[in-house]
Amino acid sequence: MKIAVCVSHVPDTAAKINIASDGKSIDQNGVTYVVNPYDEIAIEEALKTKEAFEGETVAISVGPESNKDSIKKALAMGIDSGVLLKHEGFIDSLGVARALADEIKTLDAKLVFFGKQSVDYDNSIVGQLTSELIGYNCVSVVVDFKLDGEKIICEREIEGGREIVETTLPAVITAQKGLNEPRYASLKGIMAAKKKTIEEKDAAAGENVVEVIKMKKPPVKQPGRILGEDATVVPELVKLLKEEAKVI
Amino acid sequence: MKFSEDQKMLRRTVKEFTDSEIRPLAKKIDEDEEIPKELIKKLGEMGILGTYFPEKYGGGGFGEVGYCIAQEEVTRACGSTAALIGAHQSIGANAIYLGGSEELKMKYLPALTTGEKIAAFALTEASAGSDSFNIKTEAAFDGTNWIMNGEKLWITNGAIADVFSVFARTEKGITGFVVEKDFPGVSIGPNEKKIGIRGSSTTAVYFENVPIPPENMIGVEGRGFLIAMKSLDAGRLGIGACCLGAAKEMLELSVEFANQRKQFNQSISKFQAIQFMISDMASQIYAMESMLYRAAEKYDDGGDITTDAAIVKLYCSEAVSEVADKALQLHGGMGFSREIPIERFYRDARILRIFEGTSEIQKLIISRKTIKNNGKWKV
Repeated sequence: MKIAVCVSHVPDTAAKINIASDGKSIDQNGVTYVVNPYDEIAIEEALKTKEAFEGETVAISVGPESNKDSIKKALAMGIDSGVLLKHEGFIDSLGVARALADEIKTLDAKLVFFGKQSVDYDNSIVGQLTSELIGYNCVSVVVDFKLDGEKIICEREIEGGREIVETTLPAVITAQKGLNEPRYASLKGIMAAKKKTIEEKDAAAGENVVEVIKMKKPPVKQPGRILGEDATVVPELVKLLKEEAKVI
Repeated sequence: MKFSEDQKMLRRTVKEFTDSEIRPLAKKIDEDEEIPKELIKKLGEMGILGTYFPEKYGGGGFGEVGYCIAQEEVTRACGSTAALIGAHQSIGANAIYLGGSEELKMKYLPALTTGEKIAAFALTEASAGSDSFNIKTEAAFDGTNWIMNGEKLWITNGAIADVFSVFARTEKGITGFVVEKDFPGVSIGPNEKKIGIRGSSTTAVYFENVPIPPENMIGVEGRGFLIAMKSLDAGRLGIGACCLGAAKEMLELSVEFANQRKQFNQSISKFQAIQFMISDMASQIYAMESMLYRAAEKYDDGGDITTDAAIVKLYCSEAVSEVADKALQLHGGMGFSREIPIERFYRDARILRIFEGTSEIQKLIISRKTIKNNGKWKV
């Protein structure tokens, strides 16, 4: 069975993000990119599934040439081959999903892992869109995954608890923290990755349906204020919460 | 120095591993004077105990440049762990790699590169420190085995090593042997109590009528001293990498502290006295990085690096001591406290001017070659 894992190349979560002069993209200066952390969980699950049932794993990424770094990381972790679907400039979630769906069909991958969201745009939607476009079953925010023949049993995180879901292949699974502990790329893995191939083709993304008009930085957090330590400050606190913070 | 994509990925990988697996333990390793076995096992699984060696022997195939990159990243978190890796890989196992027959390499290297076994390098003795030629440990052939008698001192990894590359006097001069910890007659002394790299084990090793099979001779009889010196050449580059990693870490900690610490109503990084310390640190790091990778690349290209390695070891170990001193001064009382890692880096840095040849020995090596060349610049 062919197992695909879709990887997103995102700014390092420790990076300081500034808005570029065009006002609608981020300033690339000094920003390093990494594999989306949730996608590392997806890669690990793809590897574990391959190790348990055999099969072939392939990592797919949509974006510019630099996305190859994230594909290479996936290869160094143990994924068998990579596909870069080349695309320059802004691409919306539907565009990414279209490109991925097209490639998944070509590869005939029956099981596809995604991270539950990419930590750049945080839309949490590409996995679901992709499954819809290719008519696969989809389970999102998965914290436990079991495959038994064609049958899949997943635990997924829901508000205040967990839901157990059963479905069948072909399927798209989006990974949540807790599903597994992603392995490190070993030094041997880095060397082995040199012998693996990354196929490059143009992304069949179509037209964007979303346009970024403007980016704004979130308001700077004001420092906290301590009014006192005992019950006598409660009336003052209530007053401030009503009048200043306007939250009650 | 332009690093390749693989070398960059190596650095990212080792950094990621170091940040999550070594850094959280570094304080405890120093205080407990012990590196957890579990961590050593993980280093082996990652391939960090065999970065340098060819894949044929189970290594990472990253050569000296790759080895230095990895040591730099590990030392950013923990000097003790870097000392373990250096003694194991760069001198202990390296003596077998540089001097041993193909059979000997195949017998030991695959287990060493993967960390299944740990190596140590045993040259120093009570009467043979800087005067390393003056060793008294002896080995004599009894018709079946070599029989070894003597004592080695200050052996890094002494208490945890399974395999020792030991240099002993034989009829034809100094000869190297691979001695396993479990050979009859091998015993290990207690751990030294040290000022720095306290997690790294340093012990005496005793040999009492230890039988060593002839196939465990490293190379040919009487050629051991050369193998020891060649191993140390590589080891010295690795030490340069440790100096560089520690210095980079201290610079980062220092700038962060200087920006955040306020005196006289402003960050102390606004004061020229502090700025000049930072400039000195940055310039020394630039020099260290430039010379280290220049020499490491030359080594990977097959060049003779005896003088280069001595220069790298001398400069980098002296420079990191200055960086440590400035970093501590810049942190003031906080730097003196065991609350933050600066004092540990300060203590760990001190050994770098001593082991694998003191600064003074490096100067002898450098001047000997320079004078022999009539001062003509040949590196």
